[in-house]
Amino acid sequence: MYAQLIKSEGMKSREEMSQEEIAFQERVDRGEKIEPKEWMPEGYRKTLIRQIGQHAHSEIVGQLPEGNWITRAPTLERKAILLAKVQDEAGHGLYLYSAAETLGVSRDELLEKLHSGEMKYSSIFNYPTLNWADMGAVGWLVDGAAIMNQVPLQRTSYGPYSRAMIRICKEESFHQRQGYAVMMKMAFGTPEQKEMAQDALNRFWFPALMMFGPSDKDSVHSAQSMAWKIKINTNDELRQKFVNETVPQAEYLGLTIPDENLVWNEEKQGYDFSEPDWSEFFEVIKGNGPCNRERLGARVKAWTDGAWFRDGLSAYAEKAAARRAAIVAAE
Amino acid sequence: MSAVVDLSSAEREVRDKAAMASPVSDRFVTDAALKPAFFDWLCRMGDNALVLGHRTSEWCGHGPVLEEDIALANTALDLIGHTQLWLGLAGEVEGRGRDADQLAYLRDAAQFRNLLLVELPNGDMGVTLMREFLFDAWHHACLSWLIAHSQSPRVAEIAAKAIKEVTYHLERASDLVVRLGDGSGESHARMQAAVDLLWPYTGEMFKSDAIEAELVKAGIVPASETLRETWERTVSEIFEEATLDMPEDGYSHLGGKQGRHTEHLGFILAEMQFLQRAYPGASW
Repeated sequence: MYAQLIKSEGMKSREEMSQEEIAFQERVDRGEKIEPKEWMPEGYRKTLIRQIGQHAHSEIVGQLPEGNWITRAPTLERKAILLAKVQDEAGHGLYLYSAAETLGVSRDELLEKLHSGEMKYSSIFNYPTLNWADMGAVGWLVDGAAIMNQVPLQRTSYGPYSRAMIRICKEESFHQRQGYAVMMKMAFGTPEQKEMAQDALNRFWFPALMMFGPSDKDSVHSAQSMAWKIKINTNDELRQKFVNETVPQAEYLGLTIPDENLVWNEEKQGYDFSEPDWSEFFEVIKGNGPCNRERLGARVKAWTDGAWFRDGLSAYAEKAAARRAAIVAAE
Repeated sequence: MSAVVDLSSAEREVRDKAAMASPVSDRFVTDAALKPAFFDWLCRMGDNALVLGHRTSEWCGHGPVLEEDIALANTALDLIGHTQLWLGLAGEVEGRGRDADQLAYLRDAAQFRNLLLVELPNGDMGVTLMREFLFDAWHHACLSWLIAHSQSPRVAEIAAKAIKEVTYHLERASDLVVRLGDGSGESHARMQAAVDLLWPYTGEMFKSDAIEAELVKAGIVPASETLRETWERTVSEIFEEATLDMPEDGYSHLGGKQGRHTEHLGFILAEMQFLQRAYPGASW
């Protein structure tokens, strides 16, 4: 998922649309893919940049909570799996920045906006990873929640975004399974391990539910994005689907979901559950989550410390180009 | 076998498949007279990969550009893979039921046999890349010898697997050393500072000892000093292109191969081994 509170345009009625806009909407309705060089409404382009950019930022900031345990992974196999996973996340960032570039914004511009705080990343990555079971919970719950949104986005109207999502989903579903495998080891392990697993679930449950964004009734930007097929399902639909799928998985692990109001509702064929504390969500978005300062600080530091490295490579590229030009001129 | 690493059935299947993939018979693996030296040397190879892999993985999420984050994680991943192979064989040779995980997670610093070079702190990206390059140039020369000459089929087999990745590590590190050395004024200064910092730790790669001599005699491993020529050729070629000065050979810090380390290794292990030490016997 990794895209929350994406500001979109107000929904236009058909009467308000220009001929071009009507033709565009009809293409989207027919399920055609929109490609980079084709005409698109300015609002569509801007909304996509915000959404894809936020998703890309989430992937690279998302390296940090898991990177936190790579040097402490308990076996060589677990260390290798975690490294491979975090490397995948960085790769997803790369696909997504590339998809955003096709809309006319550079990776550097997007990073500048991340570093200045103008653009956000998913609220979930502002929570700390405190024990090894968190490596399981992140895969199981965080990647699990992300997949709920990303699977439908494989059918999104913008071609490059859709193709990036197809690649990303293949890896994310693998991540979710390996996260669950870590949870199984922990939940079926020693009493201390089981305690870590329960602790991880207690801490990640509500933040995972927040990943879907505020309730539909408070989500003002959805209608236009859904018409454009940038957003496929509503926040509440996806959250419900996530809860329905996750509760039996927790039961299998013998772990308790930290919600006293969680109960099966026969009529709606789904679980009733407590809403997350939305005031906490908005505080985290504002920058007051437990790790906002560290996460963004780490990214800014990496970028700042790396300036000489990037400048050095650029200087070499210029010299090399000048040398090639001199050889050509001499011939 | 102790219960430190209780393998799941899936993991056991992976391990058994790996064992089946290596039906190569090798008389040295069960040679009692050679055992102490062979075990020690295999730990040198495995610990180099493990400790450098650990250091490299510290960069994860903190690289100067996204492509570097990916490349560093990938390199660390390769090195952890090599660790599993070398320490796995070390455990077999030792014959006391210790597997790669037990060797990695339950030995203390004095039992580690890696070069001092690989345990040095990352410093800036220049130090990290220069350390990688100086090590890769040695690593590649060493693996090449093992593939061509080692009388131990198991050793040659691991070397043949590892060299595919190490060739790429060396190519990538060389390319970046050239571009940063011959880049901006600042990148040049940082790369030269990295060379000067690390140079006293390179001599250890070419220093033989009695343990190695036994294995050289058996034709299993190269004498360390014989790798120097290839290494120097690689390094001087790349430095010339990178406009970097090769320092005069002076004092060499030694001891890693015999288990006398810098203060840094203790902290690496405190971090790396934390879970295995805090929860003995648990399966992860």
